[in-house]
Amino acid sequence: MIRVQREDFDVGQEINRFSNDKHDIGAVCTFLGLVRDLAGDSIKTMTLDYYPGMTEKELSKIEAEARTRWPLTDCAIIHRYGTLEPGDRIVMVATASPHRQAAFQSCEFLMDYLKTRAPFWKKEDTGDGEKWVEARASDDVAADRWTKSVE
Amino acid sequence: MKLFYFAWVRDKMGRDGEQIQLPDGIHTVGEFIEWFKNRGTAEAEVIGASEMVKMAVNQEYAGPSHPISDDDEVALFPPVTGG
Repeated sequence: MIRVQREDFDVGQEINRFSNDKHDIGAVCTFLGLVRDLAGDSIKTMTLDYYPGMTEKELSKIEAEARTRWPLTDCAIIHRYGTLEPGDRIVMVATASPHRQAAFQSCEFLMDYLKTRAPFWKKEDTGDGEKWVEARASDDVAADRWTKSVE
Repeated sequence: MKLFYFAWVRDKMGRDGEQIQLPDGIHTVGEFIEWFKNRGTAEAEVIGASEMVKMAVNQEYAGPSHPISDDDEVALFPPVTGG
């Protein structure tokens, strides 16, 4: 399940939706990404831009890839766009599987791939002006691990 | 051809997209980039920026040898930073 939306989401509600009518789920793993402000008060707002159409397509491809690698009962990727503040939820990835290893690993895989492939762009407003966040090489390294460790 | 710009590429270009007619002889992404960077100052800055821009053709990532035509939707954008 893929959702790109401006509105906030309720993590508990999203997870409950997974296990409501299914009894073959043994493990649910979730990742929640928040707007952070490491310096304390340097970031006023963060605005997320995306490419309507392509973003959803890329997320669907990433989900499909995860499902070929791990036995997933369910999978959810929710990503917000628009203007957010420190502490706000940006992204949630949740995976459900009969087994915990598959839930853990696929959740991390989905985030690593999302960060390097899904067309989203962050712009930080520090109060002194706006600046587009630059891509990090460490994110590419994290995503590349998965090309070497195919199960 | 429908051309879209995102993030700092849009800021540099001063618009979020445009409709263009591909000049004769442009059949691939690589040829398009060559032509685009010589079209104006903003274009040259976008292609020459230290952060390498990515291209998508019909909403799929496309490398230099990928074919393009006037019927395509093409986008130029920086490396992604979501999540």
